[in-house]
Amino acid sequence: MSTPLKRDEAFLQFLLRMGDNTLILGHRVSEWCGHAPVLEEDIALANTALDLIGQTQFWLGLAGEVQGEGKSADDIAFLRDVWDFRNLLLVEVPNGDFGHTLMRQFLFDAWHSIQLGRLLKSSDARVAAIAEKTAKEVAYHLERSADTVVGLGDGSEESRRRMQEALDYLWPYVGEMFQSDDVDAAMVAAGIAPDPASLRDEYDALISRVLAGATLTIPDSRFGHKGGRTGKMHTEHLGHLLTQMQWLQRAYPGANW
Amino acid sequence: MYAQMVQSTGKGVKSSEDMTPEERAFQARIDAGEKIEPKDWMPPAYRKNLIRQIGQHAHSEIVGQLPEGNWITRAPTLERKAILLAKVQDEAGHGLYLYCAAETLGVSRDDLTEMLLDGRMKYSSIFNYPTLNWSDIGAVGWLVDGAAIINQVPLQRTSFGPYARAMVRVCKEESFHARQGFDAIRKMADGTPAQKRMAQDSLNRLWFPALMMFGPPDKDSPHSAQSMAWKIKMNTNDELRQKFVDQTVPQIEFLGLDLPDSGIQWNEEHGHYDYTDPDWSEFFDVLKGNGPCNVDRLAARNKAWDDGKWVRDGLMAHAKKKAAAKVAAE
Repeated sequence: MSTPLKRDEAFLQFLLRMGDNTLILGHRVSEWCGHAPVLEEDIALANTALDLIGQTQFWLGLAGEVQGEGKSADDIAFLRDVWDFRNLLLVEVPNGDFGHTLMRQFLFDAWHSIQLGRLLKSSDARVAAIAEKTAKEVAYHLERSADTVVGLGDGSEESRRRMQEALDYLWPYVGEMFQSDDVDAAMVAAGIAPDPASLRDEYDALISRVLAGATLTIPDSRFGHKGGRTGKMHTEHLGHLLTQMQWLQRAYPGANW
Repeated sequence: MYAQMVQSTGKGVKSSEDMTPEERAFQARIDAGEKIEPKDWMPPAYRKNLIRQIGQHAHSEIVGQLPEGNWITRAPTLERKAILLAKVQDEAGHGLYLYCAAETLGVSRDDLTEMLLDGRMKYSSIFNYPTLNWSDIGAVGWLVDGAAIINQVPLQRTSFGPYARAMVRVCKEESFHARQGFDAIRKMADGTPAQKRMAQDSLNRLWFPALMMFGPPDKDSPHSAQSMAWKIKMNTNDELRQKFVDQTVPQIEFLGLDLPDSGIQWNEEHGHYDYTDPDWSEFFDVLKGNGPCNVDRLAARNKAWDDGKWVRDGLMAHAKKKAAAKVAAE
């Protein structure tokens, strides 16, 4: 193993992982605006995206503070390129149909809620405070995405087929949430965040219960794509997302909006 | 406005002698400022007219998500993105409770939706114009929501209770949107030369479409007398349009932008601003489906509805299974 990471560098990476997840997923969910299957879902999707963008402001704001180069959350969100993003691959995959979007949301929410539950006990008061503020929102996200996954899984023949397809497609992106590296080791040592691998049992129990209710089958394979949270290899999709998200900031540098 | 060209009976107002005793009693309640509630007796034409007006208003909120949603993924800061998301979410919420208000009159939301999707019902002409630069998002809040407020504040006193109450909530949120829109365009007007150019472009492009929101000139709008007698329309189109111009011109000057119409001039004698009428032939073209975005807007709504069918059907199937299981357990 190479030289252990300095605590602040690891802390920054951890904060980018949290904030980039919410930023990129918030962006994806916001793409639905005005195009949902029913009005209540338009409202719920916009609300979820709004929560996630708000959470991004907390995480990336703190990342800027820890980095100490005078960067704002906006600088971090809008002025980095693909290789500097630290979000899970799961959150950058395209929306697909409504079933894919809600299944992705559920698979993420389940992890997110467990992660925030652990972060409530973080040794860093700022992290614990963000977890405190966001855990309630995420509990609601999870309740809603789980209910929808059950409703559609245990719904019509077509909705069940589509939800199983969504689960099969997204499953290989689940494993990355539980991979640990030297950033995580430093966070565990500092008492800031849990070891990702330690969340897996609780996660598996949670999703097994919901997916059983949805009459869906969890694929056998434990294979997991990786490279998002380390930044080593994102999907091709992230670059396209950023061209849209960052366009104004890039085209008109130095402007105030 | 959000409900343009809703013809009521197409005839003049009935005189008291021509009314049935029921109609006379109904009109007396309205004249006394009482609210009509869904279970009260009402003339069939009043009901029909309100369904069209509230339905059109609701459709406008729903279709109105599209031009604003067009910029959510490109919003330049996290805060602007959050504000825009919250606003579009509010618009969808307005649609929801307006559909609920319409449903109290005996029509279902699904029926109204089908009528929007196949073109039998309209939505406001303004949403058939595109949002082309970021400043348009500010201009939509400032001008379009500003115009909506001018129309909807009096509707808080409209005779139909559920509609009046919906308007109270809608107006509160719209005022907030208009302030946020003004703040956004102010940033642009005070910004770099490129930003200022965007702001001016938005104002020039959206000014006349905003004036059209109030509907055709009073002289060409002979059907509103009955609606006014029923207090489902509270002011004439021209009154409201003038109010909008008088309120907005000083704001344009405050922003330091050029006036979008060389005919705008303070008229000492009338105590109002003179202005140039919009091109009404363009307005009627837009209503006929020939606006810049009509086809795309309806296609987007139809696609959302068609693509979402399996979701609605799936959730219904699940609800039925649950209900059946509950019955079986009892």
